[in-house]
Amino acid sequence: MKFSDILLTALANMRRNKARTILTIIAIFIGAATLTLTNGIGDGIKAYLNRQVGNLGSTNTLQVTVANSPTVSPASSNTTPPKYDPNHKSSAIQDRGPNGGSQYLLSQNDINKIKNVPNVVTVLPGRSISPDYITNFGSDKYQISVGEAYGSINLDMKTGMVVNNNAANNEITIPELYVSPLGFSSDADALNKTVIIAITSASGLQSQHTAKIVGVQNKSLIGSSGAFVNTAFADVLYNAQSIGLPSQAKGQYSFVVAQLTPGISDADIATAKSNLKALGYDATTVKDRVNTVFTVIDAIIIIFDMFGAITLLAATFGIVNTLLMSVQERTKEIGLMKALGMGPRRIFTLFSCEAVLIGFFGSVLGVGFAKLLGVVVNNIAAKGFLKNFEGLQLLAFPFRTLLVIIIGIMLIAFLAGTLPAYRASRKDPIEALRYE
Amino acid sequence: MAVIATEKLKKVYGKKDAAVTALDNINLHVAAGESIAIIGKSGSGKSTLMHLLALLDKPTAGSVLINNQNASKLSPKQLDSLRNKSYGFVFQQFFLNANDSVLNNVILPLKIAKIGRKERNRRGLEVLKEVELEDKIKSKANDLSGGQKQRVCIARALINNPEIIFADEPTGNLDSATGQKIEDLLFKLNKEQGISLIIVTHDHDLASRCNRSIIIKDGHIVEERTS
Repeated sequence: MKFSDILLTALANMRRNKARTILTIIAIFIGAATLTLTNGIGDGIKAYLNRQVGNLGSTNTLQVTVANSPTVSPASSNTTPPKYDPNHKSSAIQDRGPNGGSQYLLSQNDINKIKNVPNVVTVLPGRSISPDYITNFGSDKYQISVGEAYGSINLDMKTGMVVNNNAANNEITIPELYVSPLGFSSDADALNKTVIIAITSASGLQSQHTAKIVGVQNKSLIGSSGAFVNTAFADVLYNAQSIGLPSQAKGQYSFVVAQLTPGISDADIATAKSNLKALGYDATTVKDRVNTVFTVIDAIIIIFDMFGAITLLAATFGIVNTLLMSVQERTKEIGLMKALGMGPRRIFTLFSCEAVLIGFFGSVLGVGFAKLLGVVVNNIAAKGFLKNFEGLQLLAFPFRTLLVIIIGIMLIAFLAGTLPAYRASRKDPIEALRYE
Repeated sequence: MAVIATEKLKKVYGKKDAAVTALDNINLHVAAGESIAIIGKSGSGKSTLMHLLALLDKPTAGSVLINNQNASKLSPKQLDSLRNKSYGFVFQQFFLNANDSVLNNVILPLKIAKIGRKERNRRGLEVLKEVELEDKIKSKANDLSGGQKQRVCIARALINNPEIIFADEPTGNLDSATGQKIEDLLFKLNKEQGISLIIVTHDHDLASRCNRSIIIKDGHIVEERTS
């Protein structure tokens, strides 16, 4: 029998007991739809997070701290608590950094050492800036956190663009949340307007500084929900904040930011990290820092996928059952085909084809249904409960994932079909054609 | 020349203590164009003999010779091909696919032989004309009468231009008038096309129309009649 004839015969056989075929296909359909939806949710969230990762810094930016700094939880990374090291200075004097408390600090000496590591282009001190408020001329005052936009940071921008670190003027991007409270009629209206940031120095003196809004950021799930400033403005704010700081505390940073060669490969990033590690520093990329989030999401998706897999497993038994019944019912037909010279391999192929076709129809329908549902849900979600998460597609279906699911299910269906198909191929034509 | 022959054919079912000898020392020659009836009661071994001749089963000892070639030397694939191309089968119980069309039932051997759609349909129509069922070509096999069904089976057996047609109680399920027509058709093919007929039956009237009858009892040929 030609393969095309086998395929057509398999299709005709499936039509013979429509109810049973449809029920089996429905079982596969449910499994396929479940898998597609759970993966769709996972992919949707991950795609969103990947875009949001830009809010934390560019991919070739390393945040460098002193290794074994007490802020690194000793319980998780070490088996014993780290020993006190008098060579490392602790910031017990005063640290305005976000980590607070005691922490090993980096000095100009450290910065020079880091600069010498291959692929490190620039090293900028990590300056924690803690402004008091942001205001527009005449508007209310609002609390805001401010981050320095190191290097080629890739923020998820709603309008405008990222601040220019080479600019001499003070530049700032603000989260969209601040647009209307600061008295701007729209995002576009805020662009190129000037806002005021107030900051209090160590000596207790409050000063006001102005910067031009160059962009409005999308709301973010992870990372900073604060404003980003360029180097020029960060200098201004940091200097204002540092007035009155004891001289020992000056030039001491809880972290520094190392810029690597742009477009650097992942392997080179890893090398740079291990080089820094050898010098006694911990270096992390943005990805490293959000990896925890990804790990959690992956774990949740795996649990979801397991539900899908269980549904599929049940459906697989459905295929086995359906085909076993089919083989039983068609004993005489199989016997006849063998008597007429059809080889066992072709018989096996015929029944395998039926299994694969059931898998194909079930998975294509299931995946298609899930995709359709995704479009509807995304629409509803975008207008409803996910309104605040701009750019978040609840369900994303990369074509490759869909293809993998369909092919995977067809493969599983084939495996499920092997037992019945094998039985069919082993049927003895004499037994099969014996009068009852 | 013998299209099919056996030499000291023996078939034993089961092993050791439970062994049952179904056939023993069967020597048979079927010449091209000859018609032979194998007669015997149920359990006599006549069905076993037909299965061995039709290459559906393997003998315990002895050999089946197809055109002077020992069948035991053929691979399973060659056996399948031989059955597909040189043999026709007509069964008492028809074994038609009830929900398939008459044409699709008839062309099954050609489908298995990987012959293209056009050629099989042409040949299908040809053999259906031969059994006078060309008007039923699109009917479902299930909608036919018993006699018509058996004619479809004969058409299916004919489609590959076989050398031999094996007929296992071909009239067993039919009333005598319809059975008579089927017999006429089979013998007509035998005479006009020179197809050898091997008919397993317990109907002595049918057997008497064959060139020879072989009577089997307890696994042995006990009598051979020439008519």
